[in-house]
Amino acid sequence: MTSSADALALPQAVGWPTWLIKRAPVLVVVSILIVLWYLAAILMNAPMVRDAFERAETQYAVSDLIAGTLDSERPIVPAPHQVMAQLIDSVFNYPLDSPRSLAYHAWVTLSATVAGFALGAIFGILLAVLIVHVRTLEKSLLPWVICSQMVPILAIAPIVIVVLGAIGIRGLLPKSIISAYLCFFPVTIGMVKGLTSPDPMQLDLMRTWSANKWQVLWKLRWPASIPFLFASLKVSVTISLVGAIVAELPTGAQAGIGARLLTGSYYGQTVQIWAALFAAAIIATVLIALIDAVARLTAWQMGAAR
Amino acid sequence: MAFASSPKLSTGLVDRMRPPEHARGDAETAAGSAQRALTVDARGVSLTFHTRDGEVQALSNVDLQIGEGEFVSFIGPSGCGKTTLLRVIADLERPTAGTILVNGITPEDARLQRHYGYIFQAPALYPWRTVERNVALPLEIMGFGTEERRKRVERYLKLVNLSGFERKFPWQLSGGMQQRASIARALSFDPELLLMDEPFGALDEIVRDHLNEQLLRLWDQTGKTVLFVTHSIPEAVFLSTKIVVMSPRPGRIIDIVSCDFPRERTLEIRETAEFMKVAQRVRSGLRSGHSYDE
Repeated sequence: MTSSADALALPQAVGWPTWLIKRAPVLVVVSILIVLWYLAAILMNAPMVRDAFERAETQYAVSDLIAGTLDSERPIVPAPHQVMAQLIDSVFNYPLDSPRSLAYHAWVTLSATVAGFALGAIFGILLAVLIVHVRTLEKSLLPWVICSQMVPILAIAPIVIVVLGAIGIRGLLPKSIISAYLCFFPVTIGMVKGLTSPDPMQLDLMRTWSANKWQVLWKLRWPASIPFLFASLKVSVTISLVGAIVAELPTGAQAGIGARLLTGSYYGQTVQIWAALFAAAIIATVLIALIDAVARLTAWQMGAAR
Repeated sequence: MAFASSPKLSTGLVDRMRPPEHARGDAETAAGSAQRALTVDARGVSLTFHTRDGEVQALSNVDLQIGEGEFVSFIGPSGCGKTTLLRVIADLERPTAGTILVNGITPEDARLQRHYGYIFQAPALYPWRTVERNVALPLEIMGFGTEERRKRVERYLKLVNLSGFERKFPWQLSGGMQQRASIARALSFDPELLLMDEPFGALDEIVRDHLNEQLLRLWDQTGKTVLFVTHSIPEAVFLSTKIVVMSPRPGRIIDIVSCDFPRERTLEIRETAEFMKVAQRVRSGLRSGHSYDE
């Protein structure tokens, strides 16, 4: 009895700050993941390191082997500290316009992502508004919208780049278009749902006031769809990042996170690949956090219960 | 105001009943009806819904005349078509047969000219708008100016006793307050006709009594015509100048009961013999409608 009470009271007893206790579950999960990652790195890299030792005909202890797996130049699975070191080095130790700076590549991808996301979101919303207002479009357009997502983007991306390149459009726009092509879909589906979400009574009210279609859209359907909009924007922003990265692959990969991934795999620079992956993950996290913040602010403005 | 002094049990209006099971023998005073404009004039109105399970006759051959300034309740069991009739008057449904005029024009024109305010079973306030912006919504749609909107919102929120709650969101209000806000919203553009579909059905009896009294006061002050759907006999008798008793399968009018209590009534009249008598007649009408079923 007393012992369990003591165990529960332990964090306070050792004087842990409350912010630490609050975040404990997340920290525990992260720690477990890092441990698993280290284990994976050791196990995956061990054969390679052992071979290297044997080829060099040097004596090695288990500790040497482990140290080797965590410090090799081109590991199969790089260790967390290697990835972090590479990430920090490539972000901070080069000028921002240098092709060796990860910050530069991240910026290239981020701008294509944001442009593509904006294009895709606007297109997705317009399409949803059309589908909701023109009954025949729901039947005639929606199947094509769904079909468009079944075509592998890896097949489409080079075509778009080549075609647009031939008419002189290069750089940001083709990448944004590919990114928009992927990310409009969740917005359309979410917004069709959202724009039709008002209940019949609210729609009947509009009818009794003889509101026109535009007023019904602007004063009822649009505000009612806002929660759906933000839910689909969160999905679509990550997809638009993937789209932008994919679009960077067939261009000969001059710049961007996609280019880093490609050059990394050409030269077997696994640490560089992982660092680029982390950069992408960080960008996605920041973008989602931004959308979440805007969603909260909007919900608060629209009187959501706090 | 014209009805307050009417001494007879029957109002001077043309009450047509089908089938006239409880038809009152007394002749209608034709002179009285000719002077007043009819707010609702339905003749032989039928409405058949085509559903997956076949045809449902929601309204069968309804004849009904309602004069200006009346308070008419529609009472009957579920499925008797009382809500459907209200929706036909509001042009939310189209009849499949018969003619209906609202203020002398078709329901569609009446709707387009914003002749009526409709109050639903649920308040149906827009959750993202504050109370004042909810009340202002029809005014925005109808193109009233900012200053006029502000004035009207203030006036009608005061009328329904919601002053001081302008900036609240619907979820911060009780059910009764929300319904009062929806009444203010329906009144805001000053329609001549109020269509109320079981507006207090979801509220507890104490709140309901209170709102009924407020509604009567409001009717008295504004002189509007009110059409009120309910399935509470005391509520119908307490509020109305005329009670339309309806029966299901097919939805039809089986009796129209006049009730001539003074315009200014208090809840106490529910204890009087006269009140009981009217309630009894409504109840027997409802019962005969049910026996038709079996």
